[in-house]
Amino acid sequence: MNDKTAKLQDVKELVEHADYAVRISGLRNAFGDQVIHDNLSLDVHKGEILGVVGGSGTGKSVMMRSIIGLQKPEAGTIEVFGTQVLDEEDSDGSVRSRWGILFQGGALFSTLTVAENVQVPLKEFYPRMDPQLLDEIALYKIALSGLPPEAAAKYPSELSGGMRKRAGLARALALDPDLLFLDEPTAGLDPIGAAAFDELTKKLQQTLGLTVFLITHDLDTLYEICDRVAVLADKQVIAVGTIEELLATDHPWIQQYFNGPRGRAAIASQKARETRG
Amino acid sequence: MGNAADFTIDAQDDGAQIVRLWGDLDISDIDDLPQRLDAIDGPVAEIDVSAVEKMDTVGAWLCHRLARDHGADITGGDEDQNRLIEAVSNADNGGKIRKKRPIPPIYAMQKTGEAVLLALTSFVGMISFFGGLVRSFFAVLLHPGRFRFKALVRQFELVGISSLGIIGLMSFLIGIVIAQQGSVQLRQFGAEVYTINLIGRLTLRELGVLMTAIMVAGRSGSAFAAQLGTMKLTEEVDAMRTIGVSPMEALVLPRVLAGIFMMPLLGFYACVLAMIGGGLLCWVALDIPPATYVQRIREVVPMYDVWVGLIKAPVFGAIIALSGCYQGMQVRGNAEEVGLRTTAAVVQAIFMVIVLDAFFAVFFTWVGWA
Repeated sequence: MNDKTAKLQDVKELVEHADYAVRISGLRNAFGDQVIHDNLSLDVHKGEILGVVGGSGTGKSVMMRSIIGLQKPEAGTIEVFGTQVLDEEDSDGSVRSRWGILFQGGALFSTLTVAENVQVPLKEFYPRMDPQLLDEIALYKIALSGLPPEAAAKYPSELSGGMRKRAGLARALALDPDLLFLDEPTAGLDPIGAAAFDELTKKLQQTLGLTVFLITHDLDTLYEICDRVAVLADKQVIAVGTIEELLATDHPWIQQYFNGPRGRAAIASQKARETRG
Repeated sequence: MGNAADFTIDAQDDGAQIVRLWGDLDISDIDDLPQRLDAIDGPVAEIDVSAVEKMDTVGAWLCHRLARDHGADITGGDEDQNRLIEAVSNADNGGKIRKKRPIPPIYAMQKTGEAVLLALTSFVGMISFFGGLVRSFFAVLLHPGRFRFKALVRQFELVGISSLGIIGLMSFLIGIVIAQQGSVQLRQFGAEVYTINLIGRLTLRELGVLMTAIMVAGRSGSAFAAQLGTMKLTEEVDAMRTIGVSPMEALVLPRVLAGIFMMPLLGFYACVLAMIGGGLLCWVALDIPPATYVQRIREVVPMYDVWVGLIKAPVFGAIIALSGCYQGMQVRGNAEEVGLRTTAAVVQAIFMVIVLDAFFAVFFTWVGWA
């Protein structure tokens, strides 16, 4: 009996704390008169890859910026791993070491080499770390992100677009985060590079047990690696679910998005891969 | 922060050791564990991670490093831990980040050589840049339709009109300072009235134009370098070239012309304001009424003093704009470069203005305009 209650308690705790990496509720963002989000709610489960889609200007990036604290919302609560990030008393900044962010353009510090870029968050959070270990960590993170070792000593301006994205990913992974934000990671990459990046994201997510919050326009990415997809429209998240579930809804934007020519092409290539594999 | 990671060493009969790790083996809990693990000597046959509760890639890397250095096996890991260790060991490629430290005397020689080369190449570069500018000037003369009047007028506004306030205020104050300091010294000889000569001749010949040049270099020369540098970084300059627009004609020429045309105007304006400032002080402190002041100025300041100032001004303007544009167009690579080049543009411009001013002073005295 005792055993059972203890177990029940465990399960309860799991449900309360363990299930959600991010919980947003009642979020409202506005720039002047222009309301971006109104009463927006979204849950990100632990260990999933959540794709976020939406037309241009629907506030995908603003939502991400709200979660990571770059944009102060007018109303609403945001909880990351049980910490209220908007509440300054609750959040002491340590939650920042639990997420990594890959910005759209990479946002690498242009005056530092790739290795130094990766070391910036490490030095910030662990200033006493042994320099030898710092170098080793930077090197294996760079290798994990799929860059050749000689890229470590290069400056961002000496890298190609795809390599810069990977370097940005290496920096995002520097602190061994549990939660990874990717803002349009495959934008501007060629299809081969984009597919390789998708594969890398999936592989890292599985190996490191990451939760991934992925903003994208790339339908192939959605089909290939996302466990669930959240659709932003009309200032809210209008639907969350697997692509099949989304296709079952009759919202015109969702239908147009997934059943447009590009959407159909992505489905076709997905099917082709399934039959081959 | 969780349980601090630690380890114990079990010595086997055959001298081999088993390192048993426990606790949370992650980046926030390792503390000085890496150093202590490094300090283990003697053969390590086995690394037991079965008591490790949490592991991240840093922890996995420490296990891998220990195993690699001692040729040991890692045992007792669960599926996730083994996957992590495998991932980081695959990522171990023995790359190097740091370059070798140079030997001081060789480093000093190398830096000196680089500095000399840089000075020479930037001198040559500036001359060829000037050549390119002259060429595009004549190209525009032959095809006046290609000239960008709008850009020129815009630069007139930026270099000239919008700096009227600050240059006016600065000159006015300088006029007051000259008059005040001059009158204090000349009073000792009872020659306070010569303060007017001092104000009129000094501002018109030297200070009016020189101070204006320094202000323009700080305001517009730096802006030119930063603008063009940023445009280089964002590939706007390259885009322009591919469309068939010469950056020399579209960007550099209007700026240099604006410098040449605006500097004499600003310089003259600065002189007038400085004389007004000086006159005001004369009126208040020396009881010289404005009418007398103006009349004295007309008597003691020869016309060629005005020409001395106005002849120098366009040359200074050209130099300021040229070095701003030249440094801006040299930007390559990253944002830091924009800052360095902007500084270089201002320093170079002010330095060359002062050197040329000395030459002008000697020259004008030599031709009899003393």
